[in-house]
Amino acid sequence: MKRRATRRSAHPIAIRIMHWIGVYAMGCMIFSGWEIYNASPSLPFLFPAWTGLGGWLGGALAWHLSAMWLLFADGIAYLAFGFASGHFRNDLKLPRAHEVVRDVGAALRFRLAHHIGHYNAVQRLLYGGVIVAIFLQVLTGLAIWKPVQFGWLADLFGGYPVARGIHLAIMFGIVGFVLLHVALVAIHPNTLKSMIVTVPTETEESR
Amino acid sequence: MSARRNRPAVGIAEIQPELERLRRRGFLRNALSLGGLTLLTGCDLATHSGVDAALEAIMRFDDRVQAALFSRQRLAATYEASAITRPYRFNAFYAEWQVRPVPDNWALAVSGQVADRRPWTLPALMALPQQGQITRHICIEGWSQIGQWSGVPLGVFLRRVGADLSARYVAFKCFDGYSTSIDMASALHPQTLLALDFEEKPLAPQWGAPLRLRIPTKLGFKSAKNLEAIEVSNTYPGGYWENQGYGWFAGV
Repeated sequence: MKRRATRRSAHPIAIRIMHWIGVYAMGCMIFSGWEIYNASPSLPFLFPAWTGLGGWLGGALAWHLSAMWLLFADGIAYLAFGFASGHFRNDLKLPRAHEVVRDVGAALRFRLAHHIGHYNAVQRLLYGGVIVAIFLQVLTGLAIWKPVQFGWLADLFGGYPVARGIHLAIMFGIVGFVLLHVALVAIHPNTLKSMIVTVPTETEESR
Repeated sequence: MSARRNRPAVGIAEIQPELERLRRRGFLRNALSLGGLTLLTGCDLATHSGVDAALEAIMRFDDRVQAALFSRQRLAATYEASAITRPYRFNAFYAEWQVRPVPDNWALAVSGQVADRRPWTLPALMALPQQGQITRHICIEGWSQIGQWSGVPLGVFLRRVGADLSARYVAFKCFDGYSTSIDMASALHPQTLLALDFEEKPLAPQWGAPLRLRIPTKLGFKSAKNLEAIEVSNTYPGGYWENQGYGWFAGV
C-alpha cells in the first residue's frame, strides 16, 4: 500500500472524545444495570452488591435513566461522524470471510500484526460487532422502558419479557467485548496512548 | 385472629418497610460502590449532594419526556384469558400476612377540585358503568404478570364527581398506609380503572379489597390497592415510593 502523503492522527480527536464519553456512559449503564437486575434476577445468580451503582433499585434506575441520555447523545454523534467522515467506510469495512479466517488464525498463533491507525479483520469484526450490539441494546432498552408507548418495538423483540431477556444477553456480549478489548490493549499499550493523545498512523510497510 | 393476639405488639417484619425507608432516605448514600467510586471521582462522596441534585433534575426531565410520549389513544396490549398468570404473585411493601381487612363502614372519600365531595359506598360504585381488561402488570423490579381486572373507568368516575379535568394530579390514599399519584392525562386513559373485581370475583384483601387502581400504562407500584381516598389537585402529591426516589411518572 502506498504511503500516505501526510501522516494523519491514528484516531481523530472527535473519535477519542466520543470513545471516553462512551466508556463513562456504558460504565454507568452496566453497573446500574446490574443493580436493577439484582432487584428481580431472571438467572440463578446475583451480581456482587459492591459492583452496583445507585445503592438500591431507585438509585440504580435514576443512574440508568440518566446515563441513557449521555449514551444516546454520544451514540448519535458517533454514528453521524462515522458516516460523514468515512470512518465506517474506510476503517470499519465489513471484513471478507477469508480475511477473518486469516487474521483469526494469525491472532490465535500470536502472529497478528497490529498497526496503530489501521484495523485488521479481527478488530473490524469486534468493533463493528460492539457498535451493532450497543445499537440493539438501545432498542431493547427503549422496548422495556416503554412497552406500551413503543409497543411495536417490544413486539419486534418478542414482547416485554423476551425483550428484557435479550437486553440482559446483549449486556453479557458487551461485557465480553470489554474484557477482550482491555486484554488486547494491555498486550499493545501503545493503542491506549493513541486513544488519548495524538499519535501518527503507522504505515503498513512495516507489516 | 386469636393466634395473632399472641404476637409481640410490634414484630420486626412489621416495621421492616419503615426501616428500609429510613435506610433509603439518603437516596444514594449507599452508592459508595465500585461503580460509585470509579465513576464519581471528584464528587463529594460523603453526601453525594451534587450528584443527587443532578440525578433528580434529570429524572424530572425524564418525567416530561414520558408525559410527551404518552398517548391517551394508545392502549396497553390485552390478552386472552388463557394467558392469565397463575398463581398470581402478591406484591406490596409488606408481607402477605399483614394484609389489612376492609374497615367497617368503608367508603371512598373524594376531595380537592371536584364539584361533588360526597363519599362513595361500594354499591354506589358497582352501579356505575363497568369495564374489564386482561393486561400485563409490569413491576419496576422488572418482573411482570398478566391479570384480569374489571371496574369503573377512572375517567367515568372523575366526570361523575365533576372533577376539574384540567387539574394536574389525581392522588390516591390507601388504608394500608400506601399512597401514590398520577397525571390527569393518564387518569383519563380508557384503560385506567377503579377496579372492583379480580378474575371476575370481588377483590380479595390481598388484591386490594374493596377498591384499587388498575393502570396498565404505568409501572405496577402506581396501581394502588385498598383505596380509601381520591384527591384532585394542582399540588404535587408524591407518594409512598415516589418520596423515596422512584421516578414519579413511571409510564410504560
